[in-house]
Amino acid sequence: MKNNSLLARDGVQKALASVIAIFIGMLVGFAILLISNPARAVEGFIEIVIGGVSSRKNIGQVLFYATPLIMTGLSVGFAKKTGLFNIGAPGQYMVGAFAAVLVGVKCTFLPPILHCLVALIAAGLAGAVWGVVPGALKACFGINEVISCIMMNYIGASTSNLLIRRMIFDKARNQSLRPADSAVLPKLGFDKLFVDGATPSSANAGILVAVLLGVLTWVLLEKTQFGFELKACGFNRDAAKYAGISEKRSIVLAMVIAGALAGIGGGLMLLAGAGTGIAITDTPAAEGFNGIPVALLGMSNPIAIIFTGIFMAYLTVGGLSMQSVGFVPQIIDIISAVIIYFAAFVLFFSQLMSKLAKHKETSGAKTEKGGDGQ
Amino acid sequence: MSEYIIEMNHITKEFPGIIANDDITLQLKKGEIHALLGENGAGKSTLMSVLFGLYQPEKGVIKKNGEEVKIKDPNDANALGIGMVHQHFKLVHNFTVLQNIILGVETTRGGFLKMDDARRKVMELSQQYGLRVDPDALIENITVGMQQRVEILKMLYRNNEILIFDEPTAVLTPQEIDELIKIMKGLAAEGKSILFITHKLNEIKEAADRVTVLRKGKYIGTVDVAGVTKEQMSEMMVGRKVELNVEKGPASPGDVVLETQGLTVINKDHGKKVVNGVSLQVRKGEIVCVAGIDGNGQSELVQAITGLIKADAGTIRLQGEDVSHTSIRHRNTHGMGHIPEDRHKHGLVLDYPLAYNLVLQSYFEPAFCRGGFLQYNSIYQYAEKLIGQYDIRSGQGAKTAARSMSGGNQQKAIVAREIDRNPELLIAVQPTRGLDVGAIEYIHRQIVAERDRGKGILLVSLELDEVMNLSDRILVIYEGELVADLNPNETTVQELGLYMAGSKRKEAV
Repeated sequence: MKNNSLLARDGVQKALASVIAIFIGMLVGFAILLISNPARAVEGFIEIVIGGVSSRKNIGQVLFYATPLIMTGLSVGFAKKTGLFNIGAPGQYMVGAFAAVLVGVKCTFLPPILHCLVALIAAGLAGAVWGVVPGALKACFGINEVISCIMMNYIGASTSNLLIRRMIFDKARNQSLRPADSAVLPKLGFDKLFVDGATPSSANAGILVAVLLGVLTWVLLEKTQFGFELKACGFNRDAAKYAGISEKRSIVLAMVIAGALAGIGGGLMLLAGAGTGIAITDTPAAEGFNGIPVALLGMSNPIAIIFTGIFMAYLTVGGLSMQSVGFVPQIIDIISAVIIYFAAFVLFFSQLMSKLAKHKETSGAKTEKGGDGQ
Repeated sequence: MSEYIIEMNHITKEFPGIIANDDITLQLKKGEIHALLGENGAGKSTLMSVLFGLYQPEKGVIKKNGEEVKIKDPNDANALGIGMVHQHFKLVHNFTVLQNIILGVETTRGGFLKMDDARRKVMELSQQYGLRVDPDALIENITVGMQQRVEILKMLYRNNEILIFDEPTAVLTPQEIDELIKIMKGLAAEGKSILFITHKLNEIKEAADRVTVLRKGKYIGTVDVAGVTKEQMSEMMVGRKVELNVEKGPASPGDVVLETQGLTVINKDHGKKVVNGVSLQVRKGEIVCVAGIDGNGQSELVQAITGLIKADAGTIRLQGEDVSHTSIRHRNTHGMGHIPEDRHKHGLVLDYPLAYNLVLQSYFEPAFCRGGFLQYNSIYQYAEKLIGQYDIRSGQGAKTAARSMSGGNQQKAIVAREIDRNPELLIAVQPTRGLDVGAIEYIHRQIVAERDRGKGILLVSLELDEVMNLSDRILVIYEGELVADLNPNETTVQELGLYMAGSKRKEAV
């Protein structure tokens, strides 16, 4: 009976659905490993499953990789809650990264902590600008945000490449210059805590910023008047308008906030002090696109997104440690993709779960005939 | 051979927490029109879903021509000759009429469609039963009435002999309703058996031979329509005496609360004036009704007054203040209440819980919001108060998602919200559309009570009964213009009809 009521709870159902989805994804992933390299499949599988916790350094790496994923996940999830599909996170992420590095390189007159803060704010602002364009186009002219977001991704990628070459180019490495030490996020002792022998992980204060912003996003959506208006707009634009909510303003502001979140994600990644600048590529950042599965997996709930972001990073780190067993990166990518792919079935499992709960409720009271056709 | 073509004996269907059908028996004779009457939530739709194979009953048997049958899914129902016109049509909008009719039962030769045969059969059926359709028109371009005829043709094309109509008149104009009833009688005369789900007593009187009444999932009885009055039927349905006519004393109009002058709205698509120079006044303590056939500009008129669309010319004064260019929020907070025409589109955020919907225009007020943070305790307390006061029923009280509430209770929630905000002017657009008599009676009483408390009411209605019953003054709108200002005590439905059809006009206000 107790088990029954526990299963009937919404939150429990959703969490359990995520776990089942991930578990099935792992089974299929293992099957693929068996096909590609039967001899080392078990070893490889163990690596991807426990790689993320196999050493203190790896735990740190999980937190490091999770930081931008949480931020882009929050960006996509927040927009989703307000009825928008922000596929523009990659572009917002890239301009955020660029703005952070620009401030990090140029504004060396700023004192350490302040320098870092200003760089992050610049990242958020740049992301917000990249969000405001599709938002305003949607609000004023009804242009589908998916199309304008995709265009903004390419504009963002190319613009930041161009500006990097003009302003902060490191010819020797064919990437941007690295931000000055004063702009780098503090380590907070994470480099001592998450360490493997002499090599520290790249974990830093960024993860705390991401978690904090996740909680703030949740508060904004669930507790405030502003969140009430944004969600009302997302669910039913006409009713929001009828209720006197300025639905145009809501759409623009939702995209601004989503853009800022992704932009800060880019900033946090590049200010991590991991020793790299922005690579010159022609494709929008993968961290941006990966925000979409992170958000979907977390059902757009900001708190859940913190965990799904960490989960995705965990897979990344586990995948990297699979290389030590001799798997090529392509196979690792396939495995991660399969697991994420199944994780996307989470909605399906959650529906199954609630059906099961209902079924139990009814059959607990009396015997029910089968074949409940719907 | 049994007397009945379909018998549903002692059907019981339960859902978690509710017995939707409790030992219900329904017997349909061949060639009759049999009405199924009940309030919202009485179990009519569940019973029909059982017959159509969408639900499996826990108890009871279904017989066709005296032989027991099992109906596991709609395909089984179809094979037994049972067809259904759903309340919300199941048509493919960018297909033609003909394509929709044959969809799923296409005749083909070698994988190619044989449209000529299908067309011939459809046209024959169309002639035989007087179902006028244009086979090549796209569904999205034809009227709701014609869409319904397409649905009927779909059933006939599949050689169904038991036809279920689920609240078929809810979406039709008075003229279309008359035509539908004529068609149904024609079908019955040709030997088809018809089950007619409704809660409109007039239509049962006009169309049906027998009526089966359900109340709260229980079987109340089956009677010959000729032998009962409307009052008796409504008593069976509701379980108590229902006042079909609204009791109200004479109006005592006071100050002007709403005044429009030369209000004009131009449709952006075709550039026509859908609202053309409308000047009207609503005083405190009177119910002014805008009557007209659907599509004559009454929706746009209300949307311009409430601010949902911009007026292209003219002024709107609310309690003397010119609000022509103010925001919706300004009008909402300065004495305007609005029960919107479309409760799903405008009235409710269906995915929000009931409590949120009850504060949809007031969530920002100090009582519910402090420092930008919503005060959930006070919101839920307020919701509980309204739920009790206005008898809004829902599965989980204030937490229920608006989507999962019945139409009648959704409407009650909107009425409660708008009245409780205590506006000086209440604009009510088709406030009783799709509701059963119990709910209609309730909402009418609320509106009259508001009037008696000295509020101005602007009512827009397509139902002539409602117009005649409720209003103190009738303004008739025709093609965007007010063509008459009538006193309901000195006019007749016939005269009103002439004005509405545009064949008579008189200088307005």
